[in-house]
Amino acid sequence: MTALTKISIWSMIRHVLLIAGAIVMLLPFVWMISTASKPPSEVFSSELHLIPRHFALWENLQMAFAKANLWRFLLNGVIVTVSIFVLQVLVALPAAYALAKLRFIGRNALFALVLFGILIPPQATAIPVFLLLHRLGVLDGYAALVLPFTISVFGIFLMRQFFRNVPDDLIDAARMDGISEFGIVWRVMLPAAIPAVTAFGIFSVVAHWNDYFWPLIVLNSEHLRTPPLAVAHFRNAEAGTNYGALMAAAMVIIAPLLVAFLLAQRRFVEGIALTGIK
Amino acid sequence: MARIELKGIRKSFDATEVLGGVDLTIENGEFLSLVGPSGCGKSTLLRVIAGLEPQSAGEVTIDGSVVDGIRPSARNLAMVFQSYALYPHLSAFDNMAVPLRMRRLSTIERLPLLGTILPSRRREERTIRADIEKIAAQLEISHLLQRKPAQLSGGQRQRVAVGRAMVRQPVAFLFDEPLSNLDAKLRVHMRAELAELHRSLRSTFIYVTHDQAEAMTMSSRLAVMIAGELVQVGRPAEIYDNPRDARVAEFVGSPKINMMPGRIRDDGRIEVFGHVLRLTSSQPSGNCRIGIRPERIELGGGPFSGAVVHVENMGAEAFVHLGLNGADARLVARVNDVRRLPDIGSHLSFNFAADAVRAFNSAGKRIDVTAEQAERIRERAIV
Amino acid sequence: MSDNAATIGGLAVPISIPKRAAQRRNPLLLTPYGLVAPALTLMLMMLLGPLAGVIALSFTDYQLGAPSLSWIGLANYHEMFGDRVFWTALRNTLVYVGIVVPGAVSAGLAIALLIQSGTSLRSLYRTIYFLPVMATLIAMAVVWEFMLHPQFGLVNGVLREFGIAGPSWLQDRSTALYALCAIGIWQAAGFNMVLFLAGLVSIPKQLYEAAEIDGASSAWARFRLVTWPLLRPVTTFVVVISGIRSFQVFDTVHVLTKGGPSKSTEVLIHSMYTEGFEFFRSGYGAALTVVFLGFILLLTLIKSRLADRGAQYA
Repeated sequence: MTALTKISIWSMIRHVLLIAGAIVMLLPFVWMISTASKPPSEVFSSELHLIPRHFALWENLQMAFAKANLWRFLLNGVIVTVSIFVLQVLVALPAAYALAKLRFIGRNALFALVLFGILIPPQATAIPVFLLLHRLGVLDGYAALVLPFTISVFGIFLMRQFFRNVPDDLIDAARMDGISEFGIVWRVMLPAAIPAVTAFGIFSVVAHWNDYFWPLIVLNSEHLRTPPLAVAHFRNAEAGTNYGALMAAAMVIIAPLLVAFLLAQRRFVEGIALTGIK
Repeated sequence: MARIELKGIRKSFDATEVLGGVDLTIENGEFLSLVGPSGCGKSTLLRVIAGLEPQSAGEVTIDGSVVDGIRPSARNLAMVFQSYALYPHLSAFDNMAVPLRMRRLSTIERLPLLGTILPSRRREERTIRADIEKIAAQLEISHLLQRKPAQLSGGQRQRVAVGRAMVRQPVAFLFDEPLSNLDAKLRVHMRAELAELHRSLRSTFIYVTHDQAEAMTMSSRLAVMIAGELVQVGRPAEIYDNPRDARVAEFVGSPKINMMPGRIRDDGRIEVFGHVLRLTSSQPSGNCRIGIRPERIELGGGPFSGAVVHVENMGAEAFVHLGLNGADARLVARVNDVRRLPDIGSHLSFNFAADAVRAFNSAGKRIDVTAEQAERIRERAIV
Repeated sequence: MSDNAATIGGLAVPISIPKRAAQRRNPLLLTPYGLVAPALTLMLMMLLGPLAGVIALSFTDYQLGAPSLSWIGLANYHEMFGDRVFWTALRNTLVYVGIVVPGAVSAGLAIALLIQSGTSLRSLYRTIYFLPVMATLIAMAVVWEFMLHPQFGLVNGVLREFGIAGPSWLQDRSTALYALCAIGIWQAAGFNMVLFLAGLVSIPKQLYEAAEIDGASSAWARFRLVTWPLLRPVTTFVVVISGIRSFQVFDTVHVLTKGGPSKSTEVLIHSMYTEGFEFFRSGYGAALTVVFLGFILLLTLIKSRLADRGAQYA
């Protein structure tokens, strides 16, 4: 009996602590939704209340969409993240297959370069890459947002590790069936690697949807802004005057990823945990 | 050394009952094997004894005192796990020292830095070292004490795990399939070693295994569990020779006992494959099953016959598989002389002695049979 | 495969080996290079070339748009080491790392242990604590800014309830950096939790049972004997990863404080950004990048050193 009561007391303490922590974690989200639902008169009141007396979420959303071209910014985010991911896979998959399954002179040296590349943080190469894009004359365009990220050494590494576990017999069987090496990559290896590609896809899309540093550097034109850049500009223009609309805009920007995350939590946690390996 | 008593132990996980009321007494100094097919609840029973799993009903008594609700550490039992469960970051010596340090040192003495400078800790460490070295010498692992588990072979890890159990001189040893991760040769070797260890320690051993050969060769008593019930408890020879249940008969012995469909006739005599045996039963008439061990089938002569479908020559002995004419049943017979084996496809006649017959009713319970003429019991079973 | 074909062919018709083998081998010999060519080209162009470039640039006086550049040796580094702002940025970065790493690692560990210590509501808690990792940091930074608003913010509102007058967190030079640290911990804890959870799950259950039987009767004793030592490789890994990530702190600084007030939140990457992309002093920005790279390299070395040691008892 004592053991039982001890267990339930501990279970209570566990829940109390976890709920307290969860409140801290969720507070910014709650505050964001609460503020986005308040009319200005309630936002600018020193009195604390989370539930608005006058529900103004719709008005704030309307104002956010009117002040900034949010649809366009979301679309930019989709265009950029999807292009980056597709190109990353197109570049990484053949290289990963060659590194995992083919013998050629220089393979080990190339793999060493890949491992070394993983260690380079993106901020480190920013200045020369910027100068290169400037020389190419592609700054302030989609190309500038996408091109530097088409190569993902981490993606190559990840796929290569995955491909090493694909049995050689499968590849030999494909060769016997007359499929070319290039065909093997897309018709044999890609289907086998779907779980790894999915995880990498989530990792890549989340990283680039949320990226602020690079778009900030290469973009000038308003219509090209990615979601994080849009929020930052919105804030610079409206902070201090229009918090309701600002919070509504923030909500709109984080919503796509959060909704996707809530729908496929396991995959997202796996995909993001990959960042740890990087 | 301890006498362990189990009374009406039940255990359910959610809705499924794993143990359905187990009563068992393990005598002081006994080597008792809990044996049964996987999933029969034997490991759960062991974990209930250890205190790792609380039972749903019933009580466990160690040396006369009820230990229900007492922590595993306070029951003074030692356990050797299937995976050995050695702490991977500690050397063999430190692994063996854990139970001693936990018991002999206070919390303050166990502190990483402060503890080591206390004089009382140094004194204790000296006796701990002496104790471990003594056990290590006994297990012949003295030269391995500084190694980490990853640097040890399977057999060596096994010995360290046994050593960790021995150092604190527990009242009983619990083994949870400790040999199943070893290769076949080493397993046979370790069987002999464990049996020897038991003889020298004279402590109570409770040993869980699904390997009937292991249980038969090591233990002083066997407890056969099937589907959460203790079906039979007894000495190995008794279990083998006198199974009280068809499932026990089939579980013990390799190759398996031959089970043939039979019938109790209205006059009480038993009929098999159309032949009436010189055996009667007092049970009501109806279907029954007749079990005969492979070594009790006598080939070459007799009223029964079958076609040879397969021959397994093991070198010192051979097993002949017979397909019975006009029935789906298959029989296995042991042949001691491997120089004269029948050809595959040939037909053989065979017979068996009346006292080789073990009869079971349709529910699988053993039924007693009496030979018609007691003084001719060695005679053939058939008229 | 080509080798096999050649040998078989060779046994049958020895004379035709060279020709046949050459024909069969050529495509397979070149294919690997064809497959890796795009990746290799892009890698040299976007990663390794620029890396060499940034080091080379740090020894020049190049400014974006300037017609020429000249080799000025260590002049950028001399200027940097003589600049008070650089030392402030370095100090602030180290303070940030020194607060966020222990904070986010211990918070992640504590949350993971709490979640794993029971069975109910595990996935709900995991989801909640992971939410900040998923949310766009810039958007959440803006939310935090309003939460920390001196007058209308939630934090000071709560403090007022207790009769405490909260500071204007982000506008006060004595609190701004710590406010950014708090946001950093809030964002990173859930990520570390996931790594710790994976580590906890991989600890064999039988070790806890063995500990229990060996006499480790308190939760603390079992933590000391089993959890902590077996989690050590994960812990060092998480510490280094958190270190690398917090060295890169930029988003919150740029959008909330721009390094102010009076440089109290100036950090390395933000300095690099202002020098390289606002004043377009590419050479000087490159020198700042090299310092940043040095720290990342140091952390990576620590990581591989510790990983080697961890492998010994894996």
